[in-house]
Amino acid sequence: MENVNIKINGIPLSVPKNYTILEAARENGFEIPTLCYLKDINAIGACRICVVEVKGARSLVAACVYPVNEGMEVVTNSPAVLKARRLTLELILSTHDKKCLSCVRSGSCELQKLCKEYGVEDENFFEGVNERVEIDMSAPHMYRDNNKCILCRRCVAACEKLQSVSVIGPIERGFKTHIGSPFEVELDATSCVSCGQCIVACPTGALSEKDDTDKVWAALADPTKHVVVQTAPSIRVTLGEAFGMPVGSNVKGKMVAALRRLGFDKVFDTDFSADLTIMEEANEFLERVKNGGTLPMITSCSPGWVKFCEFNYPEMIDNLSTCKSPQQMFGAVIKTYYAEKNNIDPKDIVSVSIMPCTAKKFEVGRDHQDAAGVADVDIALTTRELARMIERAGIMFTQLPDEEFDNPLGESTGAGVIFGATGGVMEAALRTAVEKLTGEELKALDFTEVRGTAGIKEATYNVAGMDVNVAVASGLANARALLEDVKAGRKNYHFIEIMACPGGCVNGGGQPTQPASVRNFVDLRAERAKAIYEEDKNLPVRKSHENPMIKKIYDEYFGEPGSHKAHHVLHTQYVDRKNG
Amino acid sequence: MAKASSTLPFGGTPEQEAQLKQYIEEHKGQGGALMPVLQKAQEIYGYLPIEVQQMVSDGLGVSMSEIYGVVTFYSQFSLAPKGKYKISVCLGTACYVKGSGDVFNRLSERLGITNGECTPDGRFSLEACRCIGACGLAPVLTVNDDVYGRLVVDDVDDILAKYAE
Repeated sequence: MENVNIKINGIPLSVPKNYTILEAARENGFEIPTLCYLKDINAIGACRICVVEVKGARSLVAACVYPVNEGMEVVTNSPAVLKARRLTLELILSTHDKKCLSCVRSGSCELQKLCKEYGVEDENFFEGVNERVEIDMSAPHMYRDNNKCILCRRCVAACEKLQSVSVIGPIERGFKTHIGSPFEVELDATSCVSCGQCIVACPTGALSEKDDTDKVWAALADPTKHVVVQTAPSIRVTLGEAFGMPVGSNVKGKMVAALRRLGFDKVFDTDFSADLTIMEEANEFLERVKNGGTLPMITSCSPGWVKFCEFNYPEMIDNLSTCKSPQQMFGAVIKTYYAEKNNIDPKDIVSVSIMPCTAKKFEVGRDHQDAAGVADVDIALTTRELARMIERAGIMFTQLPDEEFDNPLGESTGAGVIFGATGGVMEAALRTAVEKLTGEELKALDFTEVRGTAGIKEATYNVAGMDVNVAVASGLANARALLEDVKAGRKNYHFIEIMACPGGCVNGGGQPTQPASVRNFVDLRAERAKAIYEEDKNLPVRKSHENPMIKKIYDEYFGEPGSHKAHHVLHTQYVDRKNG
Repeated sequence: MAKASSTLPFGGTPEQEAQLKQYIEEHKGQGGALMPVLQKAQEIYGYLPIEVQQMVSDGLGVSMSEIYGVVTFYSQFSLAPKGKYKISVCLGTACYVKGSGDVFNRLSERLGITNGECTPDGRFSLEACRCIGACGLAPVLTVNDDVYGRLVVDDVDDILAKYAE
């Protein structure tokens, strides 16, 4: 790319011609604040917080959308710029709730931070039309509080561009402008898939998960309850961010220590049931190939994806694996096998999960997720909720020692942990399926073709004389594109992995929020996934079927994958949400 | 606040649907097709209820969120049908200082509808309009093409009675 010469704050620079002022400044050490801008999906120049002075221009310009050109002279922090930014903030505040003290995002709110930085002294400087509107609490996983909305439209862009779900948009105009769903229906009445990508895109407290921590505190305080917790593969590589640690820190040991100090009776690892999922799913795949079952088979770990399929592709429900997700398999094992083994009434067990995902809150309430006649999982918390519990309990997270998961359901493999990144389920399944098909030990365990942050990945593996075509998609817009190809016969696959969130669970809608200043310049998907694959590399056992506890549970309880008992406990069914 | 929706059942005919679908076919794939298609749809049906917006959404492959956003953004689009008698009350400056706001409120109270809505029997629709150039007669309202000026609140019942049959 050709470069151009520009000056920013008097410093001569040579920058690529296709850069915006924002990119050129950031790369050279000048931060320009943004609110509405989200790289790749929301460059609309609407909020005016990123304004800068350009020599010769009539007025201040929006740095997020203004391209650089030869000889341009930019000032990012002149008195006029600072005054304009403060004025913009005062105007935003004129219609804002300003309930920072009780806001879930207090401390991580981008608006709050900017108000402090730009010296907004009187939050009531302008008296705007400030009608209180009702909070939409209809959905099982989240709420929308438009009193805190600044109309940046980052949520709208995430819903439409990343997910092709498009159930929210700006409505009306002027003071009446608000974000909502067509014909003002509540969120629960739309085809929202509960992925939560809107929440992690929101700069303020307008969007948040439904907080279920009170239920957990109550269970922990109840001496008659046996409270068991499981943590999803990706939590260990994101929880640290909530305590100021760098993106991509693996805090598995501290996470386990924190959960124990919160008072959970047993701290288990969802990685174990990820291995269990592989046993069932690999078996299901081999059965379908052998018996001429419906292909391509598509993974069912991601409840956002499953709901998307039920709403938009009900004709492909038979393609979904009947396997419950790892969260639900874990819950089911706890309330059947574990309860029997330890002689505990399943009704006295409270099964809690820590998930990267808001759709997991929806999933726990689905039908056919109750192997023991009671809910497999009682409470699903997001990574953010766990962080809040740790904070509230006064546990000094960064100073905790590293501790190990409890046994027996804390044993897992590298195959289990990579479930947290896009392509991980596919790779884990291949490690097991290839060995089963060939009957020989698999030496090369890294299926690198299905790794990485690309939205759609494809590979063909020759296994025991058969070409197996696989595809991996993350982000529902990518999933939609892939499925359209499959439906039209343009592509022919045997096995497909789909994760609702771009990059998979590491970038899930329940993960710690990162401000746009980080999101726009750090690839969270890649940095967090790196930590996942690092853990896989260093684990002694990296194939699900070699997990000693997996072998034991089949010997003692399930018999073999796909058995009648396994079906009863570990499999589920789906509903057509399009045609009712 | 929500733009007023219709409480009347949708009464679209197969002919109207065919006409709209043909127009959509002609404009499909063109950049910026949504506005002309919505204008045409309003011309055909007189308003844009959910059923019509869904046809546009399916036909153009544009999400309902985007369509509803456009329909509620522009005042030229209406979500409710117009009544047999369309009442417009001028809320321009001159009429407003002469009390047209009170006249509007009385109408709203009597008809049980608010700005942009239509009565369930389809007889009256009510809307606030800008200056109609009859400031000398302020406050002014129109019922279809009939103009009523120098109003007081108590005139409202007599005017409605004229269109009661």
